[in-house]
Amino acid sequence: MKLTVKSLIGLRDLSRPEIEFILDQSESFKEISYRPIKKVPTLRGKTIINLFIEPSTRTRTSFEIAGKRLSADVINFSPSQSSLSKGETLSDTAKNLEAMKPDLLIVRSPAAGIPELFSRSISTPVINAGDGFHEHPTQGLLDLFTVKERKKKISGLKLAIVGDIRHSRVARSDIYGFSKLGAEVTVVGPPTMIPPGIEQLGCKVSYHLDPVIPESDVIMMLRIQMERGSGNFLPSLREYSRFYGLNLKRMEQAKKDMLIMHPGPVNRGVEISPEVADGNCSVILDQVENGVAVRMALLYLFCGGADEVSA
Amino acid sequence: MKLALRGARLVDPSQGIDEPKDLLLENGVVKAVLRPKEKVTGAKTIDLSGLVITPGLIDIHTHLREPGYEYKETIASGSLAAVSGGFTSIACMPNTDPVNDSPSVTEYIFKRAAEAGLAKVYPIGAISKGSRGEELAEMASLAESGAVGFSDDGKPVMNADLMRRALEYAKALDRPIISHCEDLNLAAGGVMNESSVSTELGLPGAIGASEEVMAGRDIILAGYAQSKLHLAHLSTQGSVALARRAKENGAKISCETCPHYFMLTELAVKESGYDPNTKVNPPLRGEADREALIVALKDGTIDAIASDHAPHNLSRKEVEFLIAASGISGLETSLGLSLRLVRERKISLSRLVELMSVNPAKILGINAGSLRPGCPADLTVLDLEKKWKVSAKNFKSLSKNTPFDGWALIGKAVMVFINGNQIKVD
Repeated sequence: MKLTVKSLIGLRDLSRPEIEFILDQSESFKEISYRPIKKVPTLRGKTIINLFIEPSTRTRTSFEIAGKRLSADVINFSPSQSSLSKGETLSDTAKNLEAMKPDLLIVRSPAAGIPELFSRSISTPVINAGDGFHEHPTQGLLDLFTVKERKKKISGLKLAIVGDIRHSRVARSDIYGFSKLGAEVTVVGPPTMIPPGIEQLGCKVSYHLDPVIPESDVIMMLRIQMERGSGNFLPSLREYSRFYGLNLKRMEQAKKDMLIMHPGPVNRGVEISPEVADGNCSVILDQVENGVAVRMALLYLFCGGADEVSA
Repeated sequence: MKLALRGARLVDPSQGIDEPKDLLLENGVVKAVLRPKEKVTGAKTIDLSGLVITPGLIDIHTHLREPGYEYKETIASGSLAAVSGGFTSIACMPNTDPVNDSPSVTEYIFKRAAEAGLAKVYPIGAISKGSRGEELAEMASLAESGAVGFSDDGKPVMNADLMRRALEYAKALDRPIISHCEDLNLAAGGVMNESSVSTELGLPGAIGASEEVMAGRDIILAGYAQSKLHLAHLSTQGSVALARRAKENGAKISCETCPHYFMLTELAVKESGYDPNTKVNPPLRGEADREALIVALKDGTIDAIASDHAPHNLSRKEVEFLIAASGISGLETSLGLSLRLVRERKISLSRLVELMSVNPAKILGINAGSLRPGCPADLTVLDLEKKWKVSAKNFKSLSKNTPFDGWALIGKAVMVFINGNQIKVD
């Protein structure tokens, strides 16, 4: 199978078979990280630029490790300012990077649309590592991988995504990914944090957490930040925690095998209590681990590795 | 010198004319409206067979960027773009650097416009000093220097009391207050219309209500002050409804919208793949808004079509959508896009001339918008069948920011006359 897209901008653009193909590929890469020597020559001689215009430790590190385990040369490039442009246009910036002949560009930006604009202006494939409130497709894929690993399926499961949906690219990618694979997605949060028309992406909406918990197979808790946007979304973190936080008391209503996920970093005691984050249901560290495997598969697929191996 | 313009269809709603007429110009003014082929002596004849003559088009809302931002536009390049787009008169907003809040800036604009010698330029003065929204600008002095209205366009007057005083003060000057309706708290951070489309694109949105609450506020204040209010670039169904109701109640308000609001919707942001050329303030709205604007253009709720010509240089535009400047370089596409409404029989040509000439002249109180004998010989000549393609790179404007690049349009200004002087347009 070959992917129909040149770049990975969002899960909105992928078909169900394409997503399943990526998940299958990821499985075979997971084992590499358990070897004593965690390196294969698959992408030797390939250059990958990690362009992170927004602070990130875990996603950047995950991509870097994924690249290095495949023997690619990974270059990290993190401009200090939040905007790319220093008088030059975006297409100038993209073309300058392209001129250095990388095989793949990984882009994280606080501005939605940048990976798409880059992909359109240059021939180098682009992987979106998170853009504004738009999409974070590699997170969506690693979430799918983690659930599939534990539950052996996606179809028919009920997923709740809880928190600041309005400002969450993870929520959008998860909605596309899980709904395309047949899960039923419900987003949960105070109305100020539910953006208009979110249902059209493929989910239901609930303003209350308690009724959603008993029926959920998987619950994804999003990080809550008071400083997002212009404010006035929440009266206080304390109140948020009371009504939308996942704690031991709420867990009493949950199915015994409900999975708890979090894209990190976790605000312990706010959206999730420490006992729950560290409890048996939590697969938060599995997500981090699987992130490396999924990203290895993506680097392989988007670096043109697939062609060479099959040749 | 006498000029006889022969063979055209004259569309002048100020005189209720839409039929073949010849026109006699003398010494820069309209001398007479003639029957076709009516004899005159000693006049040079220009054959305009197959073409349409209208009173010179007036763009009530442009940004010429000079003084201060001459790399985006100058008064000379902007008036050339205006003439190319079929306009004989333009009114320019005060958000220059320095802001046009004093007679010296107003006089400078007149001086530069006279040097350019193209379209007539009518400066709009600031409502508040520096358009900072804190204290009134010297509006009487501005009016005395020739300012035709007052606006803090781009920076709404957030302080309702200051707006009240501006409306009251302007009454003595018999000039309109032009309101850029935007509640900055409600719109904060929004870069496109807030809806399912902004949700999908992951861009922060500004709700239509951020325009409507200010339109409502200013309609109420103008009603209290019994003062002239002009609402700039209306973009939502809700604003139109407010304006319609106010007019039914006899309010002295007038309204404009822009071609991009009745030709495009927020889907343009998505379909163009985050092209910042689709970023404009107020933002492109939904389909129901677009349709409501067309109804309002037809039924008289909206009085004028304005380009809101907002030239921006490449490095302010070809950046992240989130931080790109808002605005469209519109002088050269405004007429062509508006003529689509005529071709699609949404409005008559005569109505279009009201929207783009007769009414803007009335709103600003300028001697234009009519070809009655004695009026300045400012007129636009249209070829309604001319097929052409929008080419941003060939814009006369210094700035090429447009979402309409490559659009195929039918109908174009082929020449204008300003004070009887003929200027041909490609």
